[in-house]
Amino acid sequence: MFALRSIAAPAQRQCMRAAPRATVPFSLQIQRQYSQERVAKFNGKKDSNGNYPVSLIEGDGIGPEIAVAVKDIFAAAKTPITWEPINVDPILKNGKTAIPDAAIESIKRNKIALKGPLATPIGKGHVSLNLTLRRTFNLFANLRPCRSVAGYKTPYDNVDTVLIRENTEGEYSGIEHVVVDGVVQSIKLITRDASERVLRFAFQHAQAIGRKKVRAVHKATIMKMSDGLFLNVANEIAKEFPDIEFDAELLDNTCLKMTTDPLPYNDKVLVMPNLYGDILSDMCAGLIGGLGLTPSGNIGDECSIFEAVHGSAPDIAGKGLANPTALLLSSMMMLRHMSLNEYADKIEKAAFATLAEGKALTGDLGGKASTQEFTKAIIDKL
Amino acid sequence: MLSRHSSRTAQRLLRAAAKPSQRLNLARGFASVQDENPSTIQSDLFKPTKYGGKYTVTLIPGDGIGAEVAESVKTVFKADNVPITWEQVDVTGLEEGKTTGRTEDAFNDAVASLRRNKLGLKGILHTPISRSGHQSFNVAMRQELDIYASISLIKNIPGLQTRHKDIDLCIIRENTEGEYSGLEHQSVPGVVESLKIITRAKSERIAKFAFSFALANHRKKVTCIHKANIMKLADGLFRGTFNRLAQDYPQLECNDMIVDNASMQCVSRPQQFDVMVMPNLYGGILSNIAAALVGGPGVVPGCNMGRDVAVFEPGCRHVGLDIQGKDQANPTALLLSGAMLLRHLGLDDHANRISNAIYDVIGQGKIRTRDMGGDATNHQFTRAILDSMEKAL
Repeated sequence: MFALRSIAAPAQRQCMRAAPRATVPFSLQIQRQYSQERVAKFNGKKDSNGNYPVSLIEGDGIGPEIAVAVKDIFAAAKTPITWEPINVDPILKNGKTAIPDAAIESIKRNKIALKGPLATPIGKGHVSLNLTLRRTFNLFANLRPCRSVAGYKTPYDNVDTVLIRENTEGEYSGIEHVVVDGVVQSIKLITRDASERVLRFAFQHAQAIGRKKVRAVHKATIMKMSDGLFLNVANEIAKEFPDIEFDAELLDNTCLKMTTDPLPYNDKVLVMPNLYGDILSDMCAGLIGGLGLTPSGNIGDECSIFEAVHGSAPDIAGKGLANPTALLLSSMMMLRHMSLNEYADKIEKAAFATLAEGKALTGDLGGKASTQEFTKAIIDKL
Repeated sequence: MLSRHSSRTAQRLLRAAAKPSQRLNLARGFASVQDENPSTIQSDLFKPTKYGGKYTVTLIPGDGIGAEVAESVKTVFKADNVPITWEQVDVTGLEEGKTTGRTEDAFNDAVASLRRNKLGLKGILHTPISRSGHQSFNVAMRQELDIYASISLIKNIPGLQTRHKDIDLCIIRENTEGEYSGLEHQSVPGVVESLKIITRAKSERIAKFAFSFALANHRKKVTCIHKANIMKLADGLFRGTFNRLAQDYPQLECNDMIVDNASMQCVSRPQQFDVMVMPNLYGGILSNIAAALVGGPGVVPGCNMGRDVAVFEPGCRHVGLDIQGKDQANPTALLLSGAMLLRHLGLDDHANRISNAIYDVIGQGKIRTRDMGGDATNHQFTRAILDSMEKAL
């Protein structure tokens, strides 16, 4: 009985899924309608060749290899982008970790960056570079879509979730202190401003990708004031978007239902405070096979950074075995953010077709192909 | 608590028959934290007195499906002549209960009853979002009675097909502090602070409990779940305490994992986990993820252990208001929690009979409730368990 149901369900869902996809051009019009008040709109300028300059942080370990793969694919697709490689090796400024001024300037100028994996040095007092970047550019929302890859089998099929996480406060506010020895207080900070900003972004993103439902995830039963505030703001913002259906769900229920059957979440955009988003976005990645297949975007008012969230895999670095999928998917999110949807669609189609075909998969997906062979297979499809 | 446990229990019973003084009780074994040697457990605190050959146990059916599944438990226990007298207290967290003005009283009655009996079987109480200034009854009860350790047993039930196989893990969750401290304030309008409290004493207590539990139940590995890379002080204290105490248990394999990675591993390779110990909120998240792997909240038993009170309740806490009164509820979680309670009392015969009957019915697959992919009602399912128990006699 159970087995039967689980086979039948994806088929049904697929029919349902076809519908939102078809409405993409339509939803673009809606997007324009709201453009005056659009949060985190891309304001980059074209250079003299008519290309958008994009800052590129290649990263450590396998970073340079997968960056080359993305560059090759972008060149083959004739994407109007000029890469501007920058170095973010941390420097110490007044005793604090900081990124070099040249890098900051580049990202500020281009408004957009693509980033490979960075190895965070382990040791006391060293703030992770990711956190530094997030703080420097005030990247308030983390956008994490997860979509099943046809060529890679997991216990979950046809997953297609979109999750937005508040990125600047909440449990990760970094405000902690020892009250007396052995007693620590850690403060979860929720503010109306930050909640409003991320929630508005969630609704606008739902419109941009043609989803009709937004769901806020909270734990307001226990944290009545902090999560309660987030929830109240969500209800207020929802009124500004009458065409989007809004509801809220308790964190426990979301965890339970998503793990039982993620398909009902395929037509929704989930939005939540920092910690819940961190945990759930990685859990969703687990559903489809890990961080090697999930893109991520950090959205800020001024600049946005798109990145691969997996590790730098120093063990296979330089061997040409790395899987560039996560960075490639992130770069497509970037293209969409820059409203270069046609290029994104084209590359996405080729990439998913290559993955589904399964002939040129890298080692982590159970294939034997090198990074180059995988890249070439995608370019051939373009 | 499944077959592995049953066969072990059987062996233990045989051994116990030979050497009565060496008798080891599973539930008592993990209840007394300090004792590493099971033979000294006779002196532990959990020894409810028997009156007239019967134990008195507080029964709090809870909201939602609570009343229905509690009815099933009462029926099954009665059919097996379990020497337990229920002292039922109907507490509710629902708003409607408040108008009668009796909820606070009922809650206090429940706490008093649990203090007296030291043992309870409990459903889940609903917590409304809107009721400001009022804590969840579930949380309040745990803090009031200092029931500090929550245990959820996550294991595949033979015959119940899910997406993952061979899962056998156990989530131990700190129950009294962390994010559920209930300390919140609004500094200025629109800026709210919520305090997460982590103390060394309570971290030590829960870590020791986890190690003792692992030893008493012949588990091999204990994993500490935390977010110490971000919350360096709070979760750092929890993790540091765990690692320090782990050195006293060289026979156990101990490691730690960051909570986001743990939840990702949980849905992709849950087989790697054995015993997991964590602060309050992460426990809530992971017990839900893990419960979903083996068939949902209807089949996951659990218990809450305190210094002198033990409350057994479903391991994945869902009220089930949506299916209340429809006779669709799955009583397995509460029944298995009840079986854990029986083992805690040393009534292993009863516990084995009841749990074997449950596994028999689920394994045959003919009569199952909706959440397990069947279409039987709670009553039909309970009836089938009774039939199976009768057949086994």
